[in-house]
Amino acid sequence: MTIKDIAKLVDGELVGAPADDSYDVKKAFASDLMSDVLRFSMEETVLITGLCNNQTMRTSEMSDLRVVLIGRDKQPDEDMLELAEDLDITLIKSKFSVFKISGILYEAGIKPLY
Amino acid sequence: MHYSFDIERGNFADAGQASSSVKRLLKQLGVAPPNIKRTVVALFEAEINAIAHAYGGKIDVDIDDGKIVMVVADQGPGIPNLDLAMQEGWSTASPQVREMGYGAGMGLPNIRKNTDELKIDTEVGVGTTVTMTVYFA
Ligand SMILES: Nc1ncnc2c1ncn2[C@@H]1O[C@H](COP(=O)(O)OP(=O)(O)OP(=O)(O)O)[C@@H](O)[C@H]1O
Ligand SMILES: [Mg+2]
Repeated sequence: MTIKDIAKLVDGELVGAPADDSYDVKKAFASDLMSDVLRFSMEETVLITGLCNNQTMRTSEMSDLRVVLIGRDKQPDEDMLELAEDLDITLIKSKFSVFKISGILYEAGIKPLY
Repeated sequence: MHYSFDIERGNFADAGQASSSVKRLLKQLGVAPPNIKRTVVALFEAEINAIAHAYGGKIDVDIDDGKIVMVVADQGPGIPNLDLAMQEGWSTASPQVREMGYGAGMGLPNIRKNTDELKIDTEVGVGTTVTMTVYFA
């Protein structure tokens, strides 16, 4: 599924780096704990999180994440948006809760990491 | 090649910058992506710990001949019980640190998993030095 398709499903807004239409998202992982994210391979994976700060971006960088879905209507600040652009990470902002987002993506065929 | 970075006390906004620099460097050197990931995950966890649990410090990185040695040395409270600290899920992270997204108690286990050699020297009331080696071969 493309990043834009995912954004549409969660009524999301795209910010940060421009969405790469050739990037195929197959899996998702939801966590607010950054060390949990760092445990796994994040290939073809979207991170769903309510954590919205520079640390979300740094963790995503180390994990080679290309797309992060920020739930709960959290607003990234300027600093974080700049970091997302520098690191070539697309952010999807959604008003929905992490649970709702997860349910929608699961139903649409996105696989859990485990 | 030797590189060093300062870790600024309490600076969560910039935490991870050293690991980010090392990641860019390894990419430029053409290190294989799985080895880059192992290296930077370990370094990042150690860098964060030096800010989250100590008062900052210094990172020294040496890259040569198919390996990287990373030394993260902090001034801080030290780790009273290292066996406990190495366990998955053990954390004394403060509420402030948890708000930043840390405190799963997975950092040190992640470091162990991703490195080929790991040495932790710690003295209560003085600080902690984490020495990590990753072989690229
Ligand atoms: N540099 C350090 N100085 C003092 N204490 C430390 C240091 N590094 C780790 N510790 C202690 O060891 C515990 C476990 O560390 P670990 O990195 O595994 O988990 P964490 O930092 O609490 O959470 P996480 O890394 O999953 O976000 C910490 O909670 C802290 O008590
Ligand atoms: Mg840690």
